[in-house]
Amino acid sequence: MWVWLFLAPTVVLYGVFTVYPIVGSYWYSLLDWDGFTTTKTFVGLANYREVWHDPLFWQAFWHTLLFMLVTVPAQVILSLLAAILLNSPKMPLSRVFRTALFLPVATTTAIVGIVMQSIFDPANGPVNLFVQKLGFDGGINFLGSSHTSLWTAMAVYVWKWLGITLIYWLAALQTVPRDLYEAGSIDGAGPVQLFRHITVPLLKPFTIIITLLSLEASLHVFDLIQTMTGGGPFYSSEVLEIYIYRWAFGATVPRLGYASAAAVIFGLFVFVIGILQLLGVRAARRTGVGS
Amino acid sequence: MTSIARTAPDSARQRSRASRLLRRLPWWIAALLLAGGCFLWIYPFLWTIGASLKTAPEIFSDGLDVIPKSPVWVNYGRAWNDAHFGEYLRNTVIVTVATVIIVVVRSAMAGYVLGRYRFRGRRVVLVVLVATLLVPTGYTIIPVVDIAQRLHLLNSLTGMVIALSGGAHVALTLLYMGYFRRIPTELFESAQLDGAGFLTTFFRIMLPLATPVTASATLLTFLNTWNAFFLPLVFTFSRPDLRTVSVGMLAFSGEYSTDWPGMAAGAAISLAPVIILFFVLQRYFVEGIAGAVKN
Repeated sequence: MWVWLFLAPTVVLYGVFTVYPIVGSYWYSLLDWDGFTTTKTFVGLANYREVWHDPLFWQAFWHTLLFMLVTVPAQVILSLLAAILLNSPKMPLSRVFRTALFLPVATTTAIVGIVMQSIFDPANGPVNLFVQKLGFDGGINFLGSSHTSLWTAMAVYVWKWLGITLIYWLAALQTVPRDLYEAGSIDGAGPVQLFRHITVPLLKPFTIIITLLSLEASLHVFDLIQTMTGGGPFYSSEVLEIYIYRWAFGATVPRLGYASAAAVIFGLFVFVIGILQLLGVRAARRTGVGS
Repeated sequence: MTSIARTAPDSARQRSRASRLLRRLPWWIAALLLAGGCFLWIYPFLWTIGASLKTAPEIFSDGLDVIPKSPVWVNYGRAWNDAHFGEYLRNTVIVTVATVIIVVVRSAMAGYVLGRYRFRGRRVVLVVLVATLLVPTGYTIIPVVDIAQRLHLLNSLTGMVIALSGGAHVALTLLYMGYFRRIPTELFESAQLDGAGFLTTFFRIMLPLATPVTASATLLTFLNTWNAFFLPLVFTFSRPDLRTVSVGMLAFSGEYSTDWPGMAAGAAISLAPVIILFFVLQRYFVEGIAGAVKN
Protein backbone atom coordinates (compact mmCIF):
# COMPACT_ATOMS: atom_id res chain seq x y z
CA MET A 1 0.00 0.00 0.00
CA TRP A 2 2.78 2.43 0.98
CA VAL A 3 4.56 1.57 -2.23
CA TRP A 4 1.79 2.94 -4.44
CA LEU A 5 1.23 5.91 -2.16
CA PHE A 6 4.89 6.84 -2.66
CA LEU A 7 4.62 6.32 -6.40
CA ALA A 8 1.37 8.24 -6.71
CA PRO A 9 2.77 11.78 -7.18
CA THR A 10 5.15 10.59 -9.88
CA VAL A 11 2.58 8.41 -11.63
CA VAL A 12 -0.07 11.15 -11.63
CA LEU A 13 2.11 14.15 -12.57
CA TYR A 14 4.19 12.24 -15.04
CA GLY A 15 1.20 10.46 -16.48
CA VAL A 16 -0.73 13.66 -17.07
CA PHE A 17 2.10 15.88 -18.32
CA THR A 18 4.41 13.48 -20.12
CA VAL A 19 2.88 10.09 -20.92
CA TYR A 20 -0.57 11.36 -21.91
CA PRO A 21 0.86 14.11 -24.20
CA ILE A 22 3.03 11.58 -26.01
CA VAL A 23 0.09 9.29 -26.69
CA GLY A 24 -2.33 12.19 -27.17
CA SER A 25 -0.24 13.77 -29.92
CA TYR A 26 -1.16 10.90 -32.22
CA TRP A 27 -4.87 11.49 -31.70
CA TYR A 28 -4.53 15.29 -32.04
CA SER A 29 -2.63 14.91 -35.28
CA LEU A 30 -5.75 13.42 -36.88
CA LEU A 31 -7.91 16.44 -36.07
CA ASP A 32 -8.74 19.73 -37.70
CA TRP A 33 -8.57 21.99 -34.70
CA ASP A 34 -7.93 25.73 -34.78
CA GLY A 35 -7.60 26.89 -31.19
CA PHE A 36 -7.67 25.33 -27.75
CA THR A 37 -11.26 26.36 -27.06
CA THR A 38 -12.82 25.47 -30.41
CA THR A 39 -14.28 22.21 -31.59
CA LYS A 40 -12.26 19.42 -33.10
CA THR A 41 -13.11 17.65 -36.34
CA PHE A 42 -11.68 14.30 -37.29
CA VAL A 43 -9.91 14.54 -40.65
CA GLY A 44 -7.86 11.34 -40.77
CA LEU A 45 -4.42 11.62 -42.27
CA ALA A 46 -5.08 14.94 -44.07
CA ASN A 47 -2.69 16.84 -41.78
CA TYR A 48 0.11 14.40 -42.53
CA ARG A 49 -0.48 14.72 -46.24
CA GLU A 50 -0.26 18.49 -45.96
CA VAL A 51 2.85 18.46 -43.76
CA TRP A 52 4.47 16.04 -46.17
CA HIS A 53 3.94 18.45 -49.06
CA ASP A 54 5.03 21.61 -47.24
CA PRO A 55 8.48 22.65 -48.43
CA LEU A 56 8.93 24.75 -45.28
CA PHE A 57 8.51 21.62 -43.17
CA TRP A 58 11.28 19.89 -45.07
CA GLN A 59 13.40 23.00 -44.85
CA ALA A 60 12.93 23.02 -41.05
CA PHE A 61 13.73 19.31 -40.99
CA TRP A 62 16.91 19.93 -42.96
CA HIS A 63 17.88 22.81 -40.65
CA THR A 64 17.43 20.53 -37.63
CA LEU A 65 19.61 17.89 -39.23
CA LEU A 66 22.22 20.39 -40.41
CA PHE A 67 22.31 21.99 -36.98
CA MET A 68 23.09 18.59 -35.50
CA LEU A 69 25.66 17.65 -38.13
CA VAL A 70 27.60 20.90 -37.70
CA THR A 71 27.40 21.61 -33.98
CA VAL A 72 27.97 18.10 -32.62
CA PRO A 73 31.39 17.46 -34.25
CA ALA A 74 32.48 21.04 -33.55
CA GLN A 75 31.46 20.83 -29.93
CA VAL A 76 32.85 17.34 -29.31
CA ILE A 77 36.23 17.96 -30.97
CA LEU A 78 36.84 21.47 -29.63
CA SER A 79 35.98 20.41 -26.10
CA LEU A 80 38.21 17.34 -26.37
CA LEU A 81 41.18 19.53 -27.34
CA ALA A 82 40.46 21.87 -24.45
CA ALA A 83 40.00 18.94 -22.06
CA ILE A 84 43.35 17.38 -23.02
CA LEU A 85 45.11 20.67 -22.32
CA LEU A 86 43.23 21.27 -19.08
CA ASN A 87 43.79 17.72 -17.86
CA SER A 88 47.56 18.01 -17.99
CA PRO A 89 49.20 18.78 -14.65
CA LYS A 90 51.63 21.02 -16.53
CA MET A 91 48.87 23.37 -17.61
CA PRO A 92 48.92 26.67 -15.72
CA LEU A 93 45.63 28.22 -14.51
CA SER A 94 43.59 25.19 -15.63
CA ARG A 95 40.88 25.72 -12.99
CA VAL A 96 40.28 29.31 -14.06
CA PHE A 97 39.99 28.25 -17.69
CA ARG A 98 37.57 25.47 -16.85
CA THR A 99 35.34 27.87 -14.92
CA ALA A 100 35.31 30.36 -17.79
CA LEU A 101 34.41 27.75 -20.40
CA PHE A 102 31.69 26.29 -18.20
CA LEU A 103 30.05 29.57 -17.21
CA PRO A 104 27.61 29.87 -20.19
CA VAL A 105 26.23 26.38 -19.43
CA ALA A 106 24.76 27.57 -16.12
CA THR A 107 23.03 30.62 -17.59
CA THR A 108 19.49 30.94 -18.97
CA THR A 109 19.44 30.19 -22.69
CA ALA A 110 16.54 32.52 -23.46
CA ILE A 111 18.27 35.47 -21.81
CA VAL A 112 21.57 34.71 -23.50
CA GLY A 113 19.66 34.64 -26.81
CA ILE A 114 18.31 38.15 -26.27
CA VAL A 115 21.73 39.48 -25.24
CA MET A 116 23.19 37.90 -28.39
CA GLN A 117 20.77 39.95 -30.51
CA SER A 118 22.64 43.02 -29.30
CA ILE A 119 26.08 41.43 -29.42
CA PHE A 120 25.55 40.59 -33.12
CA ASP A 121 23.67 43.80 -33.96
CA PRO A 122 24.68 44.96 -37.46
CA ALA A 123 25.25 48.60 -36.46
CA ASN A 124 26.25 48.82 -32.82
CA GLY A 125 26.97 45.28 -31.65
CA PRO A 126 30.48 44.65 -30.37
CA VAL A 127 31.10 41.84 -32.89
CA ASN A 128 30.43 44.13 -35.82
CA LEU A 129 32.36 47.02 -34.28
CA PHE A 130 35.29 44.63 -34.11
CA VAL A 131 34.72 43.46 -37.69
CA GLN A 132 34.71 47.08 -38.83
CA LYS A 133 37.89 47.80 -36.89
CA LEU A 134 39.53 45.00 -38.86
CA GLY A 135 38.68 46.98 -41.97
CA PHE A 136 35.50 45.36 -43.26
CA ASP A 137 33.28 48.36 -43.81
CA GLY A 138 29.58 48.05 -43.30
CA GLY A 139 29.82 44.99 -41.08
CA ILE A 140 27.87 41.75 -41.38
CA ASN A 141 24.20 41.38 -40.55
CA PHE A 142 24.73 38.10 -38.72
CA LEU A 143 21.18 37.51 -37.54
CA GLY A 144 19.33 39.60 -40.10
CA SER A 145 20.60 37.93 -43.24
CA SER A 146 19.15 34.63 -44.36
CA HIS A 147 22.63 33.45 -45.36
CA THR A 148 24.17 33.78 -41.91
CA SER A 149 21.38 33.53 -39.31
CA LEU A 150 21.42 29.74 -38.90
CA TRP A 151 25.22 29.64 -38.83
CA THR A 152 25.36 32.37 -36.21
CA ALA A 153 22.87 30.43 -34.10
CA MET A 154 25.11 27.35 -34.46
CA ALA A 155 28.16 29.30 -33.30
CA VAL A 156 26.30 30.62 -30.26
CA TYR A 157 25.04 27.11 -29.53
CA VAL A 158 28.59 25.72 -29.49
CA TRP A 159 29.69 28.64 -27.32
CA LYS A 160 26.82 28.03 -24.90
CA TRP A 161 27.21 24.26 -24.45
CA LEU A 162 30.92 23.57 -24.99
CA GLY A 163 31.43 23.56 -21.22
CA ILE A 164 29.16 20.57 -20.69
CA THR A 165 31.05 18.30 -23.12
CA LEU A 166 34.28 19.65 -21.64
CA ILE A 167 33.22 18.32 -18.23
CA TYR A 168 32.25 14.98 -19.82
CA TRP A 169 35.69 14.69 -21.42
CA LEU A 170 37.51 15.70 -18.23
CA ALA A 171 35.61 13.00 -16.34
CA ALA A 172 36.57 10.51 -19.06
CA LEU A 173 40.24 11.53 -19.06
CA GLN A 174 40.36 11.15 -15.29
CA THR A 175 39.71 7.43 -15.73
CA VAL A 176 42.98 6.97 -17.67
CA PRO A 177 45.57 5.88 -15.09
CA ARG A 178 48.45 8.33 -14.86
CA ASP A 179 51.12 5.63 -14.50
CA LEU A 180 50.25 4.39 -17.99
CA TYR A 181 51.57 7.68 -19.35
CA GLU A 182 54.64 7.48 -17.14
CA ALA A 183 55.35 3.95 -18.30
CA GLY A 184 54.87 5.10 -21.88
CA SER A 185 57.26 8.01 -21.64
CA ILE A 186 59.90 5.83 -19.94
CA ASP A 187 59.63 3.60 -23.00
CA GLY A 188 60.45 6.67 -25.06
CA ALA A 189 57.04 7.59 -26.44
CA GLY A 190 56.45 11.24 -27.33
CA PRO A 191 53.25 13.13 -26.50
CA VAL A 192 51.68 12.34 -29.90
CA GLN A 193 52.40 8.61 -29.54
CA LEU A 194 51.11 8.62 -25.96
CA PHE A 195 47.90 10.20 -27.18
CA ARG A 196 47.47 7.77 -30.07
CA HIS A 197 48.29 4.57 -28.26
CA ILE A 198 47.02 5.22 -24.74
CA THR A 199 44.45 8.02 -24.68
CA VAL A 200 42.53 7.25 -27.88
CA PRO A 201 41.86 3.54 -27.25
CA LEU A 202 40.87 4.12 -23.63
CA LEU A 203 38.52 6.96 -24.53
CA LYS A 204 36.66 5.02 -27.21
CA PRO A 205 33.60 4.01 -25.14
CA PHE A 206 33.32 7.55 -23.77
CA THR A 207 33.53 9.01 -27.24
CA ILE A 208 30.40 7.12 -28.25
CA ILE A 209 28.46 8.17 -25.17
CA ILE A 210 29.55 11.81 -25.32
CA THR A 211 28.70 12.07 -29.02
CA LEU A 212 25.26 10.60 -28.46
CA LEU A 213 24.51 12.87 -25.50
CA SER A 214 25.49 15.83 -27.69
CA LEU A 215 23.37 14.60 -30.62
CA GLU A 216 20.36 14.40 -28.35
CA ALA A 217 20.97 17.86 -26.87
CA SER A 218 21.37 19.49 -30.30
CA LEU A 219 17.71 18.69 -31.08
CA HIS A 220 16.51 21.03 -28.33
CA VAL A 221 17.31 24.49 -29.57
CA PHE A 222 13.92 26.16 -29.24
CA ASP A 223 14.96 28.62 -26.50
CA LEU A 224 18.05 29.82 -28.30
CA ILE A 225 16.60 30.19 -31.79
CA GLN A 226 13.24 31.61 -30.72
CA THR A 227 14.97 34.40 -28.76
CA MET A 228 17.80 35.08 -31.23
CA THR A 229 16.04 35.01 -34.59
CA GLY A 230 12.52 33.65 -34.05
CA GLY A 231 13.31 31.29 -36.93
CA GLY A 232 13.85 34.14 -39.38
CA PRO A 233 14.55 35.99 -41.50
CA PHE A 234 12.20 34.31 -43.98
CA TYR A 235 12.29 30.97 -42.10
CA SER A 236 16.05 30.74 -42.79
CA SER A 237 16.83 29.57 -39.26
CA GLU A 238 13.61 27.70 -38.59
CA VAL A 239 14.13 24.29 -36.98
CA LEU A 240 11.35 21.77 -36.32
CA GLU A 241 10.55 22.95 -32.80
CA ILE A 242 10.08 26.50 -34.11
CA TYR A 243 7.94 25.19 -37.00
CA ILE A 244 5.64 23.40 -34.55
CA TYR A 245 5.47 26.45 -32.31
CA ARG A 246 4.68 28.74 -35.24
CA TRP A 247 1.66 26.69 -36.32
CA ALA A 248 0.40 26.07 -32.79
CA PHE A 249 1.00 29.41 -31.08
CA GLY A 250 2.56 31.91 -33.47
CA ALA A 251 -0.09 31.99 -36.21
CA THR A 252 -3.15 34.25 -35.98
CA VAL A 253 -5.36 31.22 -36.56
CA PRO A 254 -3.55 28.38 -34.80
CA ARG A 255 -3.70 24.95 -36.41
CA LEU A 256 -3.13 22.59 -33.55
CA GLY A 257 -3.89 19.36 -35.40
CA TYR A 258 -1.50 20.29 -38.17
CA ALA A 259 1.20 21.25 -35.66
CA SER A 260 0.62 17.94 -33.85
CA ALA A 261 1.21 16.02 -37.07
CA ALA A 262 4.54 17.81 -37.48
CA ALA A 263 5.28 17.10 -33.81
CA VAL A 264 4.60 13.39 -34.27
CA ILE A 265 7.04 13.24 -37.18
CA PHE A 266 9.58 15.13 -35.07
CA GLY A 267 8.92 12.67 -32.22
CA LEU A 268 9.61 9.72 -34.51
CA PHE A 269 12.85 11.36 -35.61
CA VAL A 270 13.92 11.80 -31.97
CA PHE A 271 12.91 8.20 -31.35
CA VAL A 272 15.24 7.02 -34.14
CA ILE A 273 18.07 9.01 -32.58
CA GLY A 274 17.17 7.41 -29.24
CA ILE A 275 17.40 3.91 -30.71
CA LEU A 276 20.76 4.86 -32.14
CA GLN A 277 21.75 5.94 -28.66
CA LEU A 278 20.70 2.63 -27.15
CA LEU A 279 22.67 0.69 -29.78
CA GLY A 280 25.63 3.03 -29.25
CA VAL A 281 25.65 2.51 -25.49
CA ARG A 282 25.49 -1.26 -26.05
CA ALA A 283 28.46 -1.04 -28.40
CA ALA A 284 30.30 1.11 -25.86
CA ARG A 285 29.68 -1.49 -23.16
CA ARG A 286 31.07 -4.20 -25.40
CA THR A 287 34.29 -2.34 -26.14
CA GLY A 288 34.01 -0.97 -22.60
CA VAL A 289 37.15 -0.54 -20.56
CA GLY A 290 36.21 1.98 -17.92
CA SER A 291 32.46 1.84 -17.64
CA MET B 1 66.58 13.62 -12.76
CA THR B 2 66.53 16.25 -10.03
CA SER B 3 69.25 14.46 -8.11
CA ILE B 4 71.55 14.62 -11.13
CA ALA B 5 70.89 18.31 -11.52
CA ARG B 6 71.69 18.91 -7.86
CA THR B 7 75.11 17.26 -8.01
CA ALA B 8 76.01 18.72 -11.39
CA PRO B 9 78.20 21.84 -11.73
CA ASP B 10 76.60 25.28 -11.95
CA SER B 11 76.73 25.65 -15.72
CA ALA B 12 74.93 22.35 -16.19
CA ARG B 13 72.28 23.39 -13.68
CA GLN B 14 71.68 26.59 -15.60
CA ARG B 15 71.47 24.69 -18.84
CA SER B 16 68.90 22.33 -17.38
CA ARG B 17 66.83 25.26 -16.11
CA ALA B 18 66.91 26.84 -19.56
CA SER B 19 65.88 23.56 -21.15
CA ARG B 20 63.08 23.15 -18.62
CA LEU B 21 61.78 26.59 -19.54
CA LEU B 22 62.02 25.58 -23.17
CA ARG B 23 60.09 22.39 -22.50
CA ARG B 24 57.45 24.38 -20.65
CA LEU B 25 57.14 26.84 -23.51
CA PRO B 26 54.53 24.88 -25.51
CA TRP B 27 52.35 24.81 -22.40
CA TRP B 28 52.55 28.55 -21.98
CA ILE B 29 51.65 29.02 -25.64
CA ALA B 30 48.71 26.67 -25.17
CA ALA B 31 47.73 28.60 -22.06
CA LEU B 32 47.82 31.83 -24.04
CA LEU B 33 45.59 30.35 -26.73
CA LEU B 34 43.18 29.05 -24.12
CA ALA B 35 43.16 32.42 -22.41
CA GLY B 36 42.12 34.00 -25.70
CA GLY B 37 39.33 31.44 -26.06
CA CYS B 38 38.19 31.95 -22.49
CA PHE B 39 38.05 35.69 -23.06
CA LEU B 40 35.58 35.07 -25.90
CA TRP B 41 33.61 32.83 -23.54
CA ILE B 42 33.17 35.42 -20.81
CA TYR B 43 33.13 38.55 -22.99
CA PRO B 44 29.33 38.54 -23.53
CA PHE B 45 28.83 38.58 -19.77
CA LEU B 46 31.36 41.36 -19.23
CA TRP B 47 29.74 43.30 -22.08
CA THR B 48 26.31 42.88 -20.47
CA ILE B 49 27.49 44.15 -17.11
CA GLY B 50 29.29 47.04 -18.79
CA ALA B 51 26.28 47.96 -20.94
CA SER B 52 23.97 47.85 -17.92
CA LEU B 53 26.04 50.64 -16.34
CA LYS B 54 26.29 52.86 -19.40
CA THR B 55 23.98 55.40 -21.00
CA ALA B 56 22.50 54.45 -24.38
CA PRO B 57 24.66 56.95 -26.36
CA GLU B 58 27.77 55.60 -24.64
CA ILE B 59 26.96 52.02 -25.75
CA PHE B 60 26.36 53.13 -29.30
CA SER B 61 29.47 55.31 -29.53
CA ASP B 62 31.86 53.13 -27.60
CA GLY B 63 30.40 49.63 -27.75
CA LEU B 64 33.58 47.55 -27.68
CA ASP B 65 34.88 48.99 -24.45
CA VAL B 66 33.49 47.03 -21.53
CA ILE B 67 34.20 49.43 -18.67
CA PRO B 68 31.80 52.40 -18.39
CA LYS B 69 33.28 55.86 -17.94
CA SER B 70 31.09 56.62 -14.97
CA PRO B 71 28.63 53.93 -13.88
CA VAL B 72 24.95 54.80 -14.33
CA TRP B 73 22.78 52.89 -11.88
CA VAL B 74 19.38 54.21 -13.02
CA ASN B 75 19.20 51.44 -15.65
CA TYR B 76 18.67 48.93 -12.86
CA GLY B 77 15.87 50.99 -11.37
CA ARG B 78 14.19 51.21 -14.75
CA ALA B 79 14.50 47.49 -15.40
CA TRP B 80 13.34 46.59 -11.89
CA ASN B 81 10.28 48.87 -11.78
CA ASP B 82 9.18 50.05 -15.23
CA ALA B 83 10.10 46.85 -17.06
CA HIS B 84 8.72 44.73 -14.18
CA PHE B 85 11.88 42.66 -13.65
CA GLY B 86 11.24 42.84 -9.91
CA GLU B 87 7.91 41.12 -10.48
CA TYR B 88 9.38 38.63 -12.97
CA LEU B 89 12.12 37.75 -10.52
CA ARG B 90 9.55 37.15 -7.76
CA ASN B 91 7.53 34.87 -10.09
CA THR B 92 10.64 32.96 -11.09
CA VAL B 93 11.71 32.46 -7.47
CA ILE B 94 8.24 31.21 -6.46
CA VAL B 95 7.98 28.83 -9.41
CA THR B 96 11.53 27.55 -9.03
CA VAL B 97 11.37 26.92 -5.28
CA ALA B 98 7.99 25.17 -5.49
CA THR B 99 9.02 23.04 -8.47
CA VAL B 100 12.33 22.02 -6.92
CA ILE B 101 10.61 20.90 -3.71
CA ILE B 102 7.91 18.91 -5.53
CA VAL B 103 10.31 17.31 -8.01
CA VAL B 104 12.96 16.34 -5.45
CA VAL B 105 10.45 14.91 -2.97
CA ARG B 106 8.48 12.95 -5.56
CA SER B 107 11.66 11.65 -7.22
CA ALA B 108 13.06 10.55 -3.86
CA MET B 109 9.83 8.78 -2.92
CA ALA B 110 9.49 7.05 -6.27
CA GLY B 111 13.18 6.15 -6.37
CA TYR B 112 12.93 4.72 -2.85
CA VAL B 113 10.12 2.29 -3.54
CA LEU B 114 11.46 1.37 -6.97
CA GLY B 115 14.89 0.67 -5.51
CA ARG B 116 13.83 -1.18 -2.34
CA TYR B 117 10.66 -3.07 -3.06
CA ARG B 118 9.54 -5.77 -5.45
CA PHE B 119 5.89 -5.32 -6.34
CA ARG B 120 3.52 -5.99 -9.19
CA GLY B 121 3.69 -3.28 -11.80
CA ARG B 122 7.25 -2.26 -10.93
CA ARG B 123 8.58 -3.33 -14.31
CA VAL B 124 5.84 -1.48 -16.18
CA VAL B 125 6.59 1.75 -14.30
CA LEU B 126 10.31 1.38 -14.99
CA VAL B 127 9.86 0.65 -18.68
CA VAL B 128 7.60 3.67 -19.16
CA LEU B 129 10.05 5.92 -17.28
CA VAL B 130 13.06 4.84 -19.30
CA ALA B 131 11.19 4.95 -22.61
CA THR B 132 10.30 8.61 -22.08
CA LEU B 133 13.75 9.66 -20.88
CA LEU B 134 14.42 11.78 -23.96
CA VAL B 135 11.10 13.33 -24.91
CA PRO B 136 11.56 16.95 -26.05
CA THR B 137 9.23 19.74 -24.87
CA GLY B 138 8.54 20.78 -28.45
CA TYR B 139 6.86 17.45 -28.97
CA THR B 140 4.55 17.42 -25.94
CA ILE B 141 3.70 21.11 -25.64
CA ILE B 142 0.34 21.09 -27.47
CA PRO B 143 -1.29 18.30 -25.40
CA VAL B 144 0.23 19.81 -22.24
CA VAL B 145 -1.42 23.18 -22.93
CA ASP B 146 -4.68 21.48 -23.88
CA ILE B 147 -4.89 19.46 -20.69
CA ALA B 148 -3.79 22.45 -18.57
CA GLN B 149 -6.61 24.42 -20.19
CA ARG B 150 -9.16 21.76 -19.35
CA LEU B 151 -7.93 21.48 -15.75
CA HIS B 152 -8.00 25.31 -15.47
CA LEU B 153 -4.29 25.40 -14.78
CA LEU B 154 -3.37 27.70 -17.64
CA ASN B 155 -2.49 31.30 -16.76
CA SER B 156 -1.56 30.64 -13.16
CA LEU B 157 1.72 30.12 -11.34
CA THR B 158 0.30 27.02 -9.64
CA GLY B 159 -0.44 25.53 -13.05
CA MET B 160 3.05 26.35 -14.28
CA VAL B 161 4.57 24.66 -11.22
CA ILE B 162 2.41 21.55 -11.67
CA ALA B 163 3.22 21.26 -15.38
CA LEU B 164 6.93 21.83 -14.80
CA SER B 165 6.95 19.21 -12.02
CA GLY B 166 5.31 16.70 -14.32
CA GLY B 167 7.92 17.13 -17.02
CA ALA B 168 10.82 14.86 -17.72
CA HIS B 169 12.78 14.47 -14.50
CA VAL B 170 13.25 10.74 -14.97
CA ALA B 171 17.02 10.88 -14.49
CA LEU B 172 16.56 12.02 -10.86
CA THR B 173 14.20 9.14 -10.04
CA LEU B 174 16.74 6.70 -11.51
CA LEU B 175 19.53 8.39 -9.54
CA TYR B 176 17.66 7.93 -6.24
CA MET B 177 16.72 4.39 -7.21
CA GLY B 178 20.35 3.42 -7.75
CA TYR B 179 21.40 5.04 -4.49
CA PHE B 180 18.72 3.45 -2.30
CA ARG B 181 19.38 0.05 -3.82
CA ARG B 182 23.01 0.16 -2.70
CA ILE B 183 22.14 0.82 0.96
CA PRO B 184 22.73 -2.46 2.88
CA THR B 185 19.60 -4.39 3.88
CA GLU B 186 20.79 -4.71 7.50
CA LEU B 187 19.99 -1.06 7.99
CA PHE B 188 16.35 -1.67 7.11
CA GLU B 189 16.16 -4.74 9.30
CA SER B 190 17.60 -2.96 12.34
CA ALA B 191 15.24 -0.03 11.76
CA GLN B 192 12.31 -2.42 11.71
CA LEU B 193 13.55 -4.13 14.89
CA ASP B 194 13.57 -0.73 16.56
CA GLY B 195 9.92 -0.45 15.61
CA ALA B 196 10.27 2.20 12.93
CA GLY B 197 7.38 2.22 10.47
CA PHE B 198 7.53 2.78 6.75
CA LEU B 199 7.32 6.58 6.96
CA THR B 200 9.77 6.91 9.86
CA THR B 201 12.30 4.70 8.10
CA PHE B 202 12.06 6.81 4.96
CA PHE B 203 12.07 10.31 6.43
CA ARG B 204 14.30 9.74 9.48
CA ILE B 205 16.85 7.28 8.16
CA MET B 206 16.85 6.89 4.37
CA LEU B 207 16.33 10.45 3.18
CA PRO B 208 19.13 11.87 5.40
CA LEU B 209 21.41 9.10 4.10
CA ALA B 210 20.74 10.22 0.54
CA THR B 211 21.84 13.83 1.14
CA PRO B 212 24.52 13.78 -1.62
CA VAL B 213 21.89 12.69 -4.18
CA THR B 214 19.46 15.29 -2.87
CA ALA B 215 22.13 17.97 -3.23
CA SER B 216 22.78 17.29 -6.90
CA ALA B 217 19.08 16.65 -7.62
CA THR B 218 18.20 20.02 -6.09
CA LEU B 219 20.90 21.78 -8.03
CA LEU B 220 19.99 20.24 -11.39
CA THR B 221 16.26 20.85 -10.93
CA PHE B 222 16.95 24.42 -9.85
CA LEU B 223 18.98 25.03 -12.97
CA ASN B 224 16.40 23.43 -15.28
CA THR B 225 13.49 25.32 -13.77
CA TRP B 226 15.17 28.71 -13.49
CA ASN B 227 16.28 28.46 -17.10
CA ALA B 228 12.98 27.05 -18.42
CA PHE B 229 11.44 29.03 -21.26
CA PHE B 230 9.07 27.10 -23.52
CA LEU B 231 6.51 26.15 -20.89
CA PRO B 232 6.49 29.48 -18.99
CA LEU B 233 6.14 31.21 -22.37
CA VAL B 234 2.98 29.41 -23.45
CA PHE B 235 1.52 29.42 -19.93
CA THR B 236 1.61 33.21 -19.63
CA PHE B 237 0.40 34.39 -23.05
CA SER B 238 -2.61 36.17 -21.58
CA ARG B 239 -1.13 36.97 -18.15
CA PRO B 240 1.92 39.26 -18.57
CA ASP B 241 2.07 39.76 -14.81
CA LEU B 242 2.93 36.08 -14.33
CA ARG B 243 5.95 36.03 -16.63
CA THR B 244 9.20 34.54 -15.43
CA VAL B 245 12.49 36.33 -16.14
CA SER B 246 13.24 34.44 -19.34
CA VAL B 247 9.81 35.20 -20.81
CA GLY B 248 9.91 38.78 -19.51
CA MET B 249 13.23 39.30 -21.21
CA LEU B 250 11.74 38.33 -24.60
CA ALA B 251 8.76 40.64 -24.04
CA PHE B 252 11.07 43.48 -23.03
CA SER B 253 13.25 43.15 -26.12
CA GLY B 254 10.13 43.15 -28.28
CA GLU B 255 8.71 46.26 -26.66
CA TYR B 256 11.78 48.40 -26.08
CA SER B 257 14.21 47.12 -28.67
CA THR B 258 16.33 50.28 -28.49
CA ASP B 259 16.76 50.39 -24.73
CA TRP B 260 20.01 48.44 -24.57
CA PRO B 261 21.06 49.58 -21.09
CA GLY B 262 17.67 48.51 -19.71
CA MET B 263 17.92 45.19 -21.53
CA ALA B 264 21.41 44.61 -20.15
CA ALA B 265 20.29 45.52 -16.62
CA GLY B 266 17.35 43.12 -16.94
CA ALA B 267 19.68 40.36 -18.14
CA ALA B 268 22.08 41.05 -15.27
CA ILE B 269 19.23 40.88 -12.72
CA SER B 270 17.95 37.62 -14.24
CA LEU B 271 21.32 35.92 -14.55
CA ALA B 272 22.82 37.02 -11.23
CA PRO B 273 21.16 34.30 -9.09
CA VAL B 274 22.33 31.41 -11.27
CA ILE B 275 25.80 32.83 -11.74
CA ILE B 276 26.28 33.42 -8.00
CA LEU B 277 25.01 29.91 -7.28
CA PHE B 278 27.36 28.56 -9.91
CA PHE B 279 30.41 30.14 -8.33
CA VAL B 280 29.46 29.02 -4.83
CA LEU B 281 28.58 25.43 -5.78
CA GLN B 282 30.85 24.95 -8.79
CA ARG B 283 32.19 21.64 -7.52
CA TYR B 284 28.72 20.09 -7.28
CA PHE B 285 27.79 21.34 -10.75
CA VAL B 286 30.82 19.65 -12.21
CA GLU B 287 30.35 16.42 -10.26
CA GLY B 288 26.65 16.23 -11.08
CA ILE B 289 27.33 16.56 -14.80
CA ALA B 290 30.36 14.29 -14.82
CA GLY B 291 28.18 11.61 -13.21
CA ALA B 292 26.10 11.41 -16.40
CA VAL B 293 29.06 10.01 -18.31
CA LYS B 294 30.58 7.85 -15.61
CA ASN B 295 27.39 5.83 -15.20
